[in-house]
Amino acid sequence: MAQRIDVKDLDIYYGDFLAVEGVTMTIEPRSVTAFIGPSGCGKSTFLRTLNRMHEVIPGTRVEGSVEMEGVDLYGPGVDPVAVRRQIGMVFQRPNPFPTMSIEENVLAGVKLVNKRISKSDAADLVESSLRGSNLWEEVKDRLDKPGAGLSGGQQQRLCIARAIAIKPQVLLMDEPCSALDPISTLAIEDLIAELKQDYTIVIVTHNMQQAARVSDRTAFFNIAGTGKPGKLIEMDDTSTMFSSPTEKATEDYISGRFG
Amino acid sequence: MTTTPDLTAEQRTDAVRTALAQADPGRHRKDRVMTVIIYGAFVLAMIPLVSLIWTVLANGLERFDWYFLTVSMRGVFGGMDAGGIYHAIIGTVEITLGATLISVPIGILTAIYLVEYGGGMLAKWVTFFVDVMTGIPSIVAGLFALSLFAFFFGPGIRLGIMGSVALAVLMIPVVVRSTEEMLKLVPNELREASYALGVPKWLTIVKVVLRTSVAGIVTGVMLAIARVIGETAPLLLTVGVIDSINYNLFEGRMMTLPVYVYRQYSQGYVPCNDPSAVCIEDINFQRAWAAALALILIVMILNLLARLISRYFAPKLRG
Repeated sequence: MAQRIDVKDLDIYYGDFLAVEGVTMTIEPRSVTAFIGPSGCGKSTFLRTLNRMHEVIPGTRVEGSVEMEGVDLYGPGVDPVAVRRQIGMVFQRPNPFPTMSIEENVLAGVKLVNKRISKSDAADLVESSLRGSNLWEEVKDRLDKPGAGLSGGQQQRLCIARAIAIKPQVLLMDEPCSALDPISTLAIEDLIAELKQDYTIVIVTHNMQQAARVSDRTAFFNIAGTGKPGKLIEMDDTSTMFSSPTEKATEDYISGRFG
Repeated sequence: MTTTPDLTAEQRTDAVRTALAQADPGRHRKDRVMTVIIYGAFVLAMIPLVSLIWTVLANGLERFDWYFLTVSMRGVFGGMDAGGIYHAIIGTVEITLGATLISVPIGILTAIYLVEYGGGMLAKWVTFFVDVMTGIPSIVAGLFALSLFAFFFGPGIRLGIMGSVALAVLMIPVVVRSTEEMLKLVPNELREASYALGVPKWLTIVKVVLRTSVAGIVTGVMLAIARVIGETAPLLLTVGVIDSINYNLFEGRMMTLPVYVYRQYSQGYVPCNDPSAVCIEDINFQRAWAAALALILIVMILNLLARLISRYFAPKLRG
């Protein structure tokens, strides 16, 4: 598992408004890439273009290319549904399906598309996914209980289990810890470190320490002002970015002088 | 802060203490007056309801029994101590069910279009016409169904299904509106969660959006049914009146409970001239009230059913 993603000259529009301009980057397989930057700089927007989730909002479009192992995800004949099965996503707020039990939530990616799965396969998948998200020990005795009854941190790990149950190549995380307390955050960060053995992980975070702790590479996005498009300022190894960034703006942001 | 700068710390503390200890008598008075008004309004609103239930029970219970529920009016005349509403219950249940079967798919699909796909001019026009439909007087819906069927089957046609069509015209806007509100309540995060799992849009709508909102949709449909089940005028026009049992929506006239009530009541007192036969002077009024009671009970049972269904489907926190 885990593939590399090449982005070339990507412009992202909401209607006529250019939200993100000219992003070119490479996301390495089996590593954690962190996106940092001030609010509104387009890092979440950019993240959502990686699995064509931004198309869910009417009026959005992109120019440029996003290639996964040479296949342009925006090429003709590429089904966004297929893209999303390869590139999973975890959201800012935990969003388990409220009508489903813990077990059904994990199996949602299989069950919602009417795929048939044998009872024993389903049980194996539930266990491996929940073990993968470090939630198994906490919920193994109450798999039939509603997923919405778990704590916030557990719900987020349930959402991660749900995302990895469809065995994607890449996992996108949009500020996965911003609604969680420090203990749950730590649990998720440990989990990210484990997951990168098998998956390519891209994480958006507002927490600089978190970016420094979990990521291998860091990309800094910035925006020149309201109404201007967000841009990728700099991308490098996390250690380099946090010790000796090339750009002045990056240094200012990381050292807390703005944003 | 508006404290004057030349006060000492102790003086300021004292000022805070006195401010905290002061009660505002005016606010207490207002609170009491508003409480009385609100309770008064509640009691006022309850008076007609309680009085209605009381009157229907008092007048209807006399004739409301198993016999009354299980026989029709066939061969009943004058002041005979006989006759029932079986045929009217059958008619009301079948016609309302027919109206539900017509209006619920149309209504829910329209609401899905408006919430999940709409946004353009078409959606605006649909919303506008749904609003207009909400205001259609029921008699006009009846005339519509009448002229529609008369166009195909000739004038003078009376069928149960015509009543269903007329009631469906009245139900559709209610179903669209309530379903629309329920679909809007489904958090966008759930749709996104589903898309992110690689679930196509239509499956997301069917298995996530509808599944999450089904409890509210059922409640809305039940309210729509309650709204039309007591309709009289359009049924009088389209379904007509009959004394015997007719199970077939697609052939001949049918009786319905509201029309039955109207018919019985409008016949008035029976002249009892023959002392040898059993004759009840106010038999028609008794039947009308008992049928009204039956109608209220049917609506209540439907409401209870709706509550059970929505409780069963509602999202749960604890299993």
